[in-house]
Amino acid sequence: MEFFKIKKDIPFMSYGKLTTSISLLTFILAIFFLITRGLNLSVEFTGGTLMEVQYTQAANLDQIRGDLDKMGLDQATVQVYGSSKNIMLRLPNKQGTNSATLSNNVFQHLKSTAPDVTLKSVEFIGPQVGRDLVNNGLMAITFVCIGIMIYLALRFEWRFAVSAIVANMHDVVIILGCFAAFQWEFSLTVLAAILAVLGYSVNESVVVFDRIRENFRTIRGGTVPQIINNAITATMSRTIITHGCTEMMVLSMLFFGGPSLHYFALALTIGILFGVYSSVLVASPIVMWLGVSRENLVKAPKRKDEAVV
Amino acid sequence: MTKFPAWKYFIILCAVVIGLLYTLPNFYGEVPAVQISGSRSSVVVDSNTISQVTASLKADNLNPIGEIFDGKTLKFKFATTDNQLKARDVIQQTLGDSYIVALNLISASPDWLSSINANPMFLGLDLRGGVHFLLEVDMDAAVKKTLNKNVGDIRRDLRNNSIRYGSVTVDNGSVLIQLRDEATTELVMQQLNKDFPKMQAVRDGATNIRIVLSAEEMQLIKEAAVKQNILTLHNRVNELGVAEPIIQQQGPDRIVVELPGVQDTAHAKDILGRTATLEVRMVDDDAGALSQAQGGNVPVNDQLLDEINSDGSTSKILVRNDVELTGDNINDAQAGFDENGSPAVNISLDSTGAAIFKQVTADNIGKRMAMVLVDHGKSQVVTAPVIRTQIGGGQVQISGAMSVQDANDVSLLLRSGSLAAPMNIIEERTVGPSLGQENINKGFHSVLWGFLAIAVFMCVYYLAFGVASVVSLGVNLLLLVALLSMLQATLTLPGIAAIALALGMAIDSNVLINERIREELRNGQKPHAAIESGYAHAWATILDSNVTTLIAGLALLAFGSGPVKGFAVVHCLGILTSMFSAVVVSRGIAAILYANKRIKKLHI
Repeated sequence: MEFFKIKKDIPFMSYGKLTTSISLLTFILAIFFLITRGLNLSVEFTGGTLMEVQYTQAANLDQIRGDLDKMGLDQATVQVYGSSKNIMLRLPNKQGTNSATLSNNVFQHLKSTAPDVTLKSVEFIGPQVGRDLVNNGLMAITFVCIGIMIYLALRFEWRFAVSAIVANMHDVVIILGCFAAFQWEFSLTVLAAILAVLGYSVNESVVVFDRIRENFRTIRGGTVPQIINNAITATMSRTIITHGCTEMMVLSMLFFGGPSLHYFALALTIGILFGVYSSVLVASPIVMWLGVSRENLVKAPKRKDEAVV
Repeated sequence: MTKFPAWKYFIILCAVVIGLLYTLPNFYGEVPAVQISGSRSSVVVDSNTISQVTASLKADNLNPIGEIFDGKTLKFKFATTDNQLKARDVIQQTLGDSYIVALNLISASPDWLSSINANPMFLGLDLRGGVHFLLEVDMDAAVKKTLNKNVGDIRRDLRNNSIRYGSVTVDNGSVLIQLRDEATTELVMQQLNKDFPKMQAVRDGATNIRIVLSAEEMQLIKEAAVKQNILTLHNRVNELGVAEPIIQQQGPDRIVVELPGVQDTAHAKDILGRTATLEVRMVDDDAGALSQAQGGNVPVNDQLLDEINSDGSTSKILVRNDVELTGDNINDAQAGFDENGSPAVNISLDSTGAAIFKQVTADNIGKRMAMVLVDHGKSQVVTAPVIRTQIGGGQVQISGAMSVQDANDVSLLLRSGSLAAPMNIIEERTVGPSLGQENINKGFHSVLWGFLAIAVFMCVYYLAFGVASVVSLGVNLLLLVALLSMLQATLTLPGIAAIALALGMAIDSNVLINERIREELRNGQKPHAAIESGYAHAWATILDSNVTTLIAGLALLAFGSGPVKGFAVVHCLGILTSMFSAVVVSRGIAAILYANKRIKKLHI
């Protein structure tokens, strides 16, 4: 079985302006949402208390809200989580109150009005911890970008390094933009997903770049766009199959992983879709515009030839 | 053609066998167990304890289905949770309070697997339920405590030397001594340098002296505070009867406490935040009163308490209700030796404590004095020595029938009775046991269905090479689980997600290889040559793409904390195993399928 039997190279590079414009537009849109709406940061980053409680029957939300109001916690949000029996409570950090005992008190209160309630999980994060997490997250992203650029510059050439990072940062911004636009919860796990995607979609660029370098060696006399077109066409089948397979796994997490893995899988899905798009249709045109040539890549074999002659 | 050297087969075989061995324990599940360990270092579990416990279990008809003894802790496995709970009570009754008897779940895998250190994966709190706390030590309070202590010491010293001073106060992070005139100031400077050579006293104006804590001293105070708080937490957690607690320092001023399996978080928080105290009280040595008290008739002014003997057993002792001195007046307690060379505990009291102690000992020569440790509302007499002379100067020595071990324990108890500085809980995660199991199931199903979907697709799409890819992906999963079990890295839900993702990404290498082989065939290569060059060409690409993924993984490992770290560990390991399985294993399978055969058509 084979899905892709492409005889002629597809002239991707002639669509370069169009595809990068589309990217630029989505990118600007993502930035727009990030600025206007901002990320819906999880308790891990903002600090606060998150409680998950379960009732044996569908929970009475008004009653729970009433209980919280009585305790002076009118800023708390009450949400149904997974099923109507599971309730998620979000309590913001309050200055002057002992946050550690807060969850105990709230649970006692809920129990007094509805004895069938059980406590499934509590997560309390103090404001100090949240700050550290934001800093560490930014550090991680910087480290990944620099590390990948150095590796690609050593293994290929600076033009490839620059275009791969541009393409991938564009993916990251678009994922963040989606999370801002739909106000999905941005948690630490989502951050992990984004960094994993960053490493993963660089793969995609690497595969294409590898082929471009090989084509420069094997195809004599082709123009740069021809060589890039051939490289993309030749690797296209692999690109689609691989990402299809990875996506199957991610979808499996989306369907079976429950609420805790939901946004993780969602971030990966967006990352994979845009990763394919950007590494093929954004990274390659940028490499071309940066003026890549045969001489940039195949220096070593040439010298060998001369030695033989 | 398509040859594959024997030594590579051997490596694959070794990897698979080791992988199987170390993955195996994960399939056995867990059995309820009771875990016994000494609550102090002088209380050891030995063959004597084992026979004692075994006998009492037998008497109650609770037959354990297995026992494990590693020299320190003794574990009994039970068939049912019901038996486990009953057994805990029986064992606690038999051994008394000097042993920690905790409920635990341990692997049901056979002993020969445990003997080669093949244990199931170490599950994180989100998978098995429990409590996680991150506590921050209030360092300002620790420094303040030291400053206050210095103020007391200096006041006492000046008073003892009949030097009149204006005031000695804590001022802006240092000790400020205000004096009447310059001559006195000079005198005090000399006195301070003589009596407290470690303090850095400097003149601050004509009649003021300021003692500033040096950066190193500050550092020492902070380190000591964290260390002592960890010690105290250890003692308290022991009391909770948690099977495998983790108490670690994180960063300069934070402490992580993880209590797997603890459900009653309110209770756990209460215990961790508690301040245990030491009380010095007089013993009622009236023999008649003691026997009467044991008969249930305790005198009005007395209290009947347990006294811990040097062998770990307890006996009854009658103690006065009046508290002469509390642990708040203890600055330090260290194990040492007395003038006869026998083990002793040296307690140093602060100025108030010293004054009180001097008075009390002067009034009670020849009588016994009890050191009572009040912890969680329960009072226990640690030691009750006879007062021989009046003791002044705030240096108290407790010696008696004790071993070096006892001296260490008592000093530790006195030290760790209270926290060096208050702590705040700055992070808390509680996961109920049902949620833990739910998370395991969800993670397992994600991996299972994702794997099956990929397997079916690969077999249909690439035929024989698809099968080879799926087998190598299976080996990848096997090796990854084996590696996680071997390293005992903590597996969390994000960790399971990383396993799933590792498999989803690992298939990339196989797709690369298979696509390359197809391409070589299209270009007119012969089957064997196509396989050969397919693997050869794909290798460089596989290496490149895995290195970039690994960079991201390492960044996560370095900067991630909590759930991210759990993800990163598995992610990095997954990349390593996938490189091995995709390239070496699938190549081996292709060789088995096609080596030494004339192939007309490749099934790909």
